Amino acid sequence: MIYLDNAATTKTAPEVVEAMLPYFTEMYGNPSAIYSLGSAGKKAINEARRTIASALGAKQEEIYFTAGGTEADNWAIKAAAESYGNRGKHIITTKIEHHAVLHTCSYLEKRGFEVTYLDVDNEGIVDLEALKAAIRPDTILISVMFANNEIGTIEPVREIGAIAGERGILFHTDAVQAFGQIPIDVEEMNIDLLSASAHKLNGPKGIGMLYIRSGLKIRSFVHGGAQERNRRAGTENVPGIVGFAAAVRRAVSIMDEKGRKERGLRDYLIGRIEAEIPYCCLNGHREKRLPGNVNFSFRFIEGESLLIMLDMKGVCASSGSACTSGALDPSHVLLAIGLKHEEAHGSLRMTLSEENTKEELDAVVGYLKEIVQKLRDMSPLYEDFMKAQKDGRRPAMGEEAEQGRNLQGDIYSREQ
Amino acid sequence: MYSEKVMDHFQNPRNMGEIEDASGIGTVGNAKCGDIMRIFLDIDGNGIIREAKFKTFGCGAAVATSSMATELVKGKTVEEALQVTNRAVMEALDGLPPVKVHCSLLAEEAIHAALWDYAQKNGIVIKGLEKPKADIHEGEEEEAW
Repeated sequence: MIYLDNAATTKTAPEVVEAMLPYFTEMYGNPSAIYSLGSAGKKAINEARRTIASALGAKQEEIYFTAGGTEADNWAIKAAAESYGNRGKHIITTKIEHHAVLHTCSYLEKRGFEVTYLDVDNEGIVDLEALKAAIRPDTILISVMFANNEIGTIEPVREIGAIAGERGILFHTDAVQAFGQIPIDVEEMNIDLLSASAHKLNGPKGIGMLYIRSGLKIRSFVHGGAQERNRRAGTENVPGIVGFAAAVRRAVSIMDEKGRKERGLRDYLIGRIEAEIPYCCLNGHREKRLPGNVNFSFRFIEGESLLIMLDMKGVCASSGSACTSGALDPSHVLLAIGLKHEEAHGSLRMTLSEENTKEELDAVVGYLKEIVQKLRDMSPLYEDFMKAQKDGRRPAMGEEAEQGRNLQGDIYSREQ
Repeated sequence: MYSEKVMDHFQNPRNMGEIEDASGIGTVGNAKCGDIMRIFLDIDGNGIIREAKFKTFGCGAAVATSSMATELVKGKTVEEALQVTNRAVMEALDGLPPVKVHCSLLAEEAIHAALWDYAQKNGIVIKGLEKPKADIHEGEEEEAW
């Protein structure tokens, strides 16, 4: 098996599992208990909080554990809206956020808030001038992801933090894909709220956290006991928290080396695909990109078919095609960077880890060449395109009806 | 997610390809939804479908339903082919996941569109066949952001 879906989730690292195990079998006490079996858990939680805080340049008491990134996004945005709604009811975010942010924003829209969804450019980067222009006297929150989960584009978070800070607007960033992969410093970057998740950095599933800058009025989102300084009730997921911290420790210690290796593999894979498979296009920014992210659109074919065929070869990847999500429209991220529907349906995301090898990628390129050609031979879009090429006219189908970036030119020039 | 039959027809599609000078060609679906099916029929003087081929842009279910639909209409008369419903295609494939039922509808429509093209070209009326509604650009609209 060749696993290229690390943006979906990662393998839990052996040292992470090892760190967690005693908290299932021996130190299983409730951290709120007085006896020492409980206090061992409490101590482990505090240590974990310190580890994670220092990885972010935050203070220990600014880290709040949640059940994952989605809960952290929900909490940050809803609680900010609730606490600061008396100052204004306007929120700014982008069109390429994760659904955990987008659907929370649309929830708030139904409750009297106005949300501006910023456009991004063809590489997925937020325009800072457009952000400034969108700010109103009643803007209370800016939420922009640190790096995009589909196309890997890294946003200008430091600049956005500065813009928000100068104007006294809260800044939340969904750092689920970035945390543990690239350096983050909440102080330097002026981040007020930050969401992260353990299972994207070789930690366990079901545990995440929200960084809340001290002094912010962010009320509890889950009501009950006094855990997490009264801000997130419920008996702590001690093994999860310990595993999260072990994963962060590991990620921080290998970040440079892992990043270098993944970038090398990533650029190798991108280079081979671009050189060897015609009519494809890299989605996202070439440099401002997560180390392990590769995302291509292959024209004339559909992503789910591609994924099934890759799966039969033992390759795990993902696609922004509608068919893979059960939705009608393809990925909102790919549409936001100007891809036509047909191109978005034909997208393939491969997210690497430092454990992948060049040999694996060579095998994947071989499979891809074969599969893409097989699907194109089946495709009426490809048939029309090839006939049009032969007749020396522009292809007729699926071309004019939709607006957006004309990828045709790019592909033609790349082909020559 | 898919039945063994669907996987078989996806991996080894029957009748994939084109028919030159086909008696009827029907193309349905659109790129926006991610499915386009094109069916080619070779129909003899007695109105019997001698050969059926397809080309499809779409998911695994779209390929499998195209493959099965061409299998089901081969050797049938035009009138019999008209009775090949999406339900028949689905049953022959041992079912489809609920979100993929529309693929079988598309296959039925593609057959109808090819029969319509054949009828138009030959100036004949096939009883019960209506002008296919699924134009490939039908339903395209701007993003509702």
